[in-house]
Amino acid sequence: MSDSTPDPTAETARGDWPLYEVFVRGKRGLNHVHVGSLHAADDTMALTHARDLYTRRNEGVSIWVVRSEHIAASTRDEKDPFFAPSADKVYRHPTFYDIPEDVPHI
Amino acid sequence: MSDDHVYLSLAEGHEDDTRWAYGTGFEDPLHGVDTTVLEGVAADLLAADCVALADDALVSAQRLAEWTTRAPELEEEVALANIGLDLLGQARLLYARAGQVDGTGRGEDAYAYFRDADDFRNVRLAELPVGDFAFSAVRLLVLSSWRLAHFEELSSHPDPVLAAVAAKGVKELTYHRQYAAEWVVRLGDGTDESHRRTRRAMEQVAPYFGELFTAYDVRDEVVAVLRQVTEAAGLPMPVYRPLTGTGRDGEHTEHLAPLLAELQSVARAHPGATW
Repeated sequence: MSDSTPDPTAETARGDWPLYEVFVRGKRGLNHVHVGSLHAADDTMALTHARDLYTRRNEGVSIWVVRSEHIAASTRDEKDPFFAPSADKVYRHPTFYDIPEDVPHI
Repeated sequence: MSDDHVYLSLAEGHEDDTRWAYGTGFEDPLHGVDTTVLEGVAADLLAADCVALADDALVSAQRLAEWTTRAPELEEEVALANIGLDLLGQARLLYARAGQVDGTGRGEDAYAYFRDADDFRNVRLAELPVGDFAFSAVRLLVLSSWRLAHFEELSSHPDPVLAAVAAKGVKELTYHRQYAAEWVVRLGDGTDESHRRTRRAMEQVAPYFGELFTAYDVRDEVVAVLRQVTEAAGLPMPVYRPLTGTGRDGEHTEHLAPLLAELQSVARAHPGATW
C-alpha cells in the first residue's frame, strides 16, 4: 500500500482494504458469473486474490473484479414495480418457436 | 469445430463433467510422456538432479504451509498455500521419477518421509525459518526466479519426464514470481516499517545466493529480476556475499532437521498407513 499517511492502528488499516466483487467466466460459460467477493488493497491485488480464491479448481478462463461500492443495485423496496410487471407477459419469451437442438444457450 | 457454430464450441466440454458448473478438465502433466530412460542419459545423475529439485520444492512447500492460519489476510493464506501445493506437486513428480530412474523403484513417500536431513539436497535458503511476511516474500521472489530460470532450460532436457515436469512448472513458477514481486514492491514502497523489514529480508537472503548459482548457472536471469523489482520497490540491490558449503552436498543449517521432524512425524509413526 502506498498510502502516505500511516495509520496509527495497523488493525484498522488492514480492515480498510476495500471489498471487491469477483466474476469468473468458466471454460464453457458464455458470461462472467458472479462467484463471490474478497478484500484487496488495489485492483492488481484483487485479481491476484481472485485467481487464488476462485479459480483453484480449474474453473476459469477470465476474471473480472470490481469494487463493490461501484455497483449500483436495485433494492428490495423496488421489487414489485421493477419485476412484477413482467410476470404475466409470456409472449416475451421465445417459447412459441421450435429451437434447433444444437442451439444450447437461449 | 467450425466457426459458424460459436455456441457449440463454447459449450464444448469434457465427457463426464456435466454435473460441475465450471467443468473439470484436469490435465495429467505426464499424459503421453514416455517414461523409459533414454540411452545416453546417465541414470544416477538424472536421479540426483530430480531429488535435488524435489527437495527444494518439498522444503519450500513446508515453509509456505507454516503460514496457514497465521497469514496477515485470509486471501494471502490461500495464496501461499496454493503456491506451496504447486511446489509439492512438482516434488511428487520428481521423486517418482527419481525412483523410476535410480533402479530402486522407491515411491515418492520413501524420499519425502524416510530420509534424514543429511540426505536432503535442497539449497539452504529454502530451509531457513519462515520469518516475517517480508522475508517470505523476498525468499519466494529469489527462489522462484532461480527455479524458473532453471526450469526454462530443463524444459528441453533429454529426459522426457523431467522436461514435462519443467514445462508444467514454468507456468506455476511464473505466477509465484509475479506474486512475490508484487508483494516485495508493495512492501518496499510501503510504510517505513514495511520498507525496513523488506530491506532486512534482502540482507538476510543475500548470503545464500552463492549456492544457488553454483547449482545452476542462471545468475544473470535472477539478477535481472532482482534489479527490476528492487528498483520499483525503492530497495537497494542485496550485496552478494558468498557463504561456503551448499545444501546440494548435504550441508544444512540447524533449521532443516526440525522442519523434517514435523513433516515426517506422522509417516514415521504409522509407516504404510493409508486413509
